Amino acid sequence: MTQSLFFRFLARVMMPVLILFSLFLLLRGHNEPGGGFVGGLVGAGSIVLMTLAYGAEEVRQRLRIDFLRTMYYGLAVAILAGVIGLVIGVAFQDAYWWTTFIQGIGSIEVSTPLLFDIGVYMVVLCVTSSIVMNMAEEGEREDH
Amino acid sequence: MQPYIVLPLIIPLLMVLTALARFRVFRRRLAQIGAFANLLACVALLIVTETGQIQVSQMGGHPAPYGITLVVDPLSAIMLTIAAVIVFAVVIYSRAAIDINRERFTYYPLLGCLLLGINLAFLTGDLFTLYIAFEIMLMASFVLLTLGGERGQLEGGLKYVVLNVVGSTLFLIAIGLTYSVAGTLNLADLAQRLADAPSIGITTVLAGLFLIAFGIKAAIFPLFFWLPASYHTPPIAITALFGGLLTKVGIYSMWRVLVLVFPNELVVLQPLLLTLAMLTMITGVLGAVAQMDLRRLLSFHIVSQIGYLLMGTALLTEAGLAGAVFFMIHVILAKTALFFISGIAYEAQGSYDLKKLGGMRVMHPGVALLFVLAAFSLAGLPPLSGFWAKLLLIRAALEAGQYLVVAVALGVSLLTMYSMVKIWNEAFWAPPAPGRVAAMLSREDRRSLMFPTTLLVVLIVVVGLLAEPVIRLSSQAAVGLMQPAAYIDTVLVDSEVEE
Repeated sequence: MTQSLFFRFLARVMMPVLILFSLFLLLRGHNEPGGGFVGGLVGAGSIVLMTLAYGAEEVRQRLRIDFLRTMYYGLAVAILAGVIGLVIGVAFQDAYWWTTFIQGIGSIEVSTPLLFDIGVYMVVLCVTSSIVMNMAEEGEREDH
Repeated sequence: MQPYIVLPLIIPLLMVLTALARFRVFRRRLAQIGAFANLLACVALLIVTETGQIQVSQMGGHPAPYGITLVVDPLSAIMLTIAAVIVFAVVIYSRAAIDINRERFTYYPLLGCLLLGINLAFLTGDLFTLYIAFEIMLMASFVLLTLGGERGQLEGGLKYVVLNVVGSTLFLIAIGLTYSVAGTLNLADLAQRLADAPSIGITTVLAGLFLIAFGIKAAIFPLFFWLPASYHTPPIAITALFGGLLTKVGIYSMWRVLVLVFPNELVVLQPLLLTLAMLTMITGVLGAVAQMDLRRLLSFHIVSQIGYLLMGTALLTEAGLAGAVFFMIHVILAKTALFFISGIAYEAQGSYDLKKLGGMRVMHPGVALLFVLAAFSLAGLPPLSGFWAKLLLIRAALEAGQYLVVAVALGVSLLTMYSMVKIWNEAFWAPPAPGRVAAMLSREDRRSLMFPTTLLVVLIVVVGLLAEPVIRLSSQAAVGLMQPAAYIDTVLVDSEVEE
């Protein structure tokens, strides 16, 4: 936790930018550099930044996300993505695409690799954040 | 293509997900169901493979040398099944042997994670996935080892993780070099390419590197020091699981990688392998003789038994390898059963120290019977499983003309018998230590401790009495390794047909 006003302000400004960028990386990842892992790390970066600026306690209160449980949900999503290929296709992790049309956005492609990436994104984001926040809490306890 | 062979990976993953269940008791029940489902899936795979059909699945439908291949041949099927039996027994046993705090802290999901690593190591058909399986196992086992955070656990865990990370690094270096030499990491493809090429110096170096990397994992001499330093620290259910399975995955990998891919290089390394096997047997058993703590004693015996497995491998004959596979089945069952029994002794008398134990024969005659069967099996008395295992190994060694190894193996058997008799005398036969009141186990605890132990001992007896089909299965697995044509064809040709 820091008292620096400048750093706190910057963290606040950067947080939405980092989260948007991480989502951008996640969606772009299928054919270009990016994907769930990198996206998750960048997303975790935003939470680390907030933890450094405001302290783990406050971030936990504001976000109200149980990181450990969300990690398991992410794992469930990733497994589901693999099982879809097994059920309707020839092999575990087989890739499938569906094109859907959403009013106002246009046609988008939904695929099992994307679902898998979303699962990985959730796992990486949650694991990294929960490790860093635990460490921050430990550090704060020692400071006092 | 048989996509369902991925089941032994999906079931453990679902076991990991049981961490989401809110209640401890519910989580335990789910873990039991998961372990049982995994056992059923593995037995089904064993039955299908036993007819001679090698099962292959390409992850994501990518063809063989490029994608990730899962293969079940008789050897994998045997290993999968035996691992499933052990994990099922451990999950049942954990009900009484693992305290509430550890259960609360995702003990069962971690077991699922460990099972995932073990199953992946047995299923995979390429080197890099094998490395990943080792990493999953290392992470899961490290957390299980230190779960609870007692002082001794952290110390043991540190030694465990440092030496194993060294092993993993060597493994990774060897994988990188292999790729630069052969241009592929698919085991079937590697076997084919290296068999065509004449043996050059670098491949011998590679085989040596793999030997060291797997040697650290399997705890062979002189790389076994992490094992006695760490295995006695966690609760006995975890020690039983590790002692039964983890080092054996190292030996399995030696078979899969060294025997399949580097058969010519193994001939060069044979004297070294035989020496290591003898030294592993001797140091393990001598270390055990000196111990008075049950868990430490049994941990040293793990090392000594690894020597037998290495000996079967080093003979480089089908008979030797078949003996080693049979020995693997036997030793996993016997070792885990013995750890289970020492856990019961601990629950009943509150100590692992042989000096403080006593009178188990009178107070728990059933346990005494189970111990006698498991211990005699480990020592190699007929008609139990250990007798056939050692008979096969020693006959193979005699056929190969390695008389020194035979002498060492027989001597080590005697010493094994000696330390089993020591446990019997101190813990079962001797009168109870003065001032020690035997704690009565509650009925439920008793059931969850006795059922898996009895299951394993019954399996030991059954394997001993009905040795014929098991021997046939083992030699089928050994032939599959020594003559890899069927394996290579199924992995590589089948995927071409798919295209």
